[in-house]
Amino acid sequence: MSESNSRPSILVNGQISEDAWRSVDDESPVPSEGDVIVSLARWQRDRPELGDRLGRTAVRLDPEHSGRELADAFDALDMIVVDFPKFTDGRGYTIARRLREQLGWRKALRAQGDVLPDQVFFMQRCGFDVLALRADKSLETAQRALSAFSVSYQGAADDPRPLYRRRPEGVVRSARAS
Amino acid sequence: MYRYDEHDATIIRERVAQFHDQVARRLSGEISENEFKPLRLQNGLYMQLHAYMLRVAVPYGWLSSAQLHRLAHVARTWDKGYGHLSTRQNVQYNWPALEDVPKILAALAEVEMHAVQTSGNCIRNTTSDHFAGVAREELEDPRPYCELIRQWSTFHPEFAALPRKFKIAVTGSPRDRAAVQIHDIGIRIVENEAGERGFEILVGGGLGRTPRIARSIRDFLPKADLLSYLEAILRVYNEQGRRDNKYKARIKILVDALGVDAFREAVEAEWAEIKDGAMKLTDEELARVAKHFEPPAYESLEGGDALLAGKKLSPNRRFAAWLESNVEPHKVPGYAAVVITVKSPGRPPGDITADHMDAVAELAERFGFGEIVITHRQNLCIPDVRIDQLEALWAELDALALGEANYFRATDIIACPGLDYCSLANARSIPVAQRLTERLHKLERLEGVGELTINISGCINACGHHHVGNIGVLGIDKQGEEFYQLMLGGSSAEDASLGKILGPAIPSDEIVDAVDRVLDAYLSLRNDGERFLDCVRRVGTRSFKERVYV
Repeated sequence: MSESNSRPSILVNGQISEDAWRSVDDESPVPSEGDVIVSLARWQRDRPELGDRLGRTAVRLDPEHSGRELADAFDALDMIVVDFPKFTDGRGYTIARRLREQLGWRKALRAQGDVLPDQVFFMQRCGFDVLALRADKSLETAQRALSAFSVSYQGAADDPRPLYRRRPEGVVRSARAS
Repeated sequence: MYRYDEHDATIIRERVAQFHDQVARRLSGEISENEFKPLRLQNGLYMQLHAYMLRVAVPYGWLSSAQLHRLAHVARTWDKGYGHLSTRQNVQYNWPALEDVPKILAALAEVEMHAVQTSGNCIRNTTSDHFAGVAREELEDPRPYCELIRQWSTFHPEFAALPRKFKIAVTGSPRDRAAVQIHDIGIRIVENEAGERGFEILVGGGLGRTPRIARSIRDFLPKADLLSYLEAILRVYNEQGRRDNKYKARIKILVDALGVDAFREAVEAEWAEIKDGAMKLTDEELARVAKHFEPPAYESLEGGDALLAGKKLSPNRRFAAWLESNVEPHKVPGYAAVVITVKSPGRPPGDITADHMDAVAELAERFGFGEIVITHRQNLCIPDVRIDQLEALWAELDALALGEANYFRATDIIACPGLDYCSLANARSIPVAQRLTERLHKLERLEGVGELTINISGCINACGHHHVGNIGVLGIDKQGEEFYQLMLGGSSAEDASLGKILGPAIPSDEIVDAVDRVLDAYLSLRNDGERFLDCVRRVGTRSFKERVYV
């Protein structure tokens, strides 16, 4: 993503919040203060310098990444960002679940790019807690969409248990009773 | 059959509300058509040449009579009085208005139905054997596993934006009526040397521009690991499947590119990380779902096979032929499974009127246990009919013009919508199917030729499964003229194979004669009792070519 401060609001844990983060491209100097997002390439190139900042630092992953690239950097990072260049490209959902469920990332996980209200329910289930919607999209619509479903069959990052491990014990209804 | 509990009902109710809201935002302009497209597709709404098409999910083809009545109601109220049975056991409506779709979905939800994930780049409705639970040679009923897959795949948060559509089929029988080898994932219930039941997993089958027979990546998967293993396959596909070219985006292309061994290794590595987690199926869950498919209250009946054999000697030739072609042996003595073909002269293959839906639903109540199955070959099946009531059932079907004796016969044609409806097609399919049916429908011809499948596609996307028809017909466009290519020797059964092109494409007005000559060639080349497919395999296409291109 290009650097921008045109997106004033994001959803953080479902609440509309100011976006304090700013993206810095690979060639521009990184300010020592303030919260910045850099690319994975920049992180790998300038890690010592970036690790020394006063402000918070986040790394942006692209769809072709797996999430494993950052497994040894969890302590140094404050947030991981997954970019969705096109909303029809679903690789970012897998990256998110791997970060949350297999690699154990506990801090903020942000979806950005072509993030639309009708994707946020699934994004939240896959472990994204920060949703930077595309600038022209309604945060209120997205907020509503977060509760589109009150029950899900599968386990995911929000709850690893599938529905069959959440059912009360002994609820085995007869199929032909009705 | 599976009945919803409160969770299933809640999910579908919330889905109706969600889509209602999405349609409203589309109509108000808040969502662009481009953004709306995947949303409507994952709700079964497809844009065709003239109008929207709505594809309703029929999980593994199974319907209650109440559900079939409701499908008839939808056809009458919001469509033109008919629907269409698809090769993946779903029901399609060709003429709904967008603003009516939320109403249709609400009407379907009342009878535990929906259109979830019947289109779009997601995991589609799981298909299966239409004789599931009743086939005599079946190892185990596949429906509980289909239902487990349905629940796992419904609104799966990770797999809603796959590179391309994804289709899974399951068979519990060594005779494959579910075409598992032409699916993205094919699942066979098998028994290992220790006598335990589990699954063989095949991947990478499919038709379209790059037809492939699926390859086995695991001989035996314990039952408890079914969903975690599927999740591992889907994860490898979601991350590594191509997204730059929609014709190279199916999993078969990935399996080709990596090689089946490297693909298997990638799946096994992903699976190792999740197999012992919360996805492992519990005995309680397996039992809970299986309970929905317990056998109905069969009576204990005398006679059985001998009674059926006796009825085949009936002086009523049409009834006897119907028993031969449309009636399948059953697990339970005294019962049979009955296929009702909806194909006869004048009808587009797979189309069924609302009146016929109602009539079949009612017959299923009177002669069966109120259950109807949609078959992969676009027909209907009543799975449990008493042998001593077959004649009465046939008489009623015959009075409805549904008593055709042509299941797996030359006129039981699969055809895609073709150029009459579809914006992708190069040539028409339905009129060719109708002309062939007109030519071949006489009982002597059907009986003389015996078991045969003819599959027709209007373009290389192969929705009519032409590669796996015993006779495949592919429509192509030659400078604005409709031509048809003939293929012989395809099969989607347990002996799956892709047909071979017979020769140069044939103009539309000669294609029916050409198919007729293929059948004449078969009759002169066959050995005693040899099926068409076996004959083609034995003698090769050359002997046919000589007799067809004269």
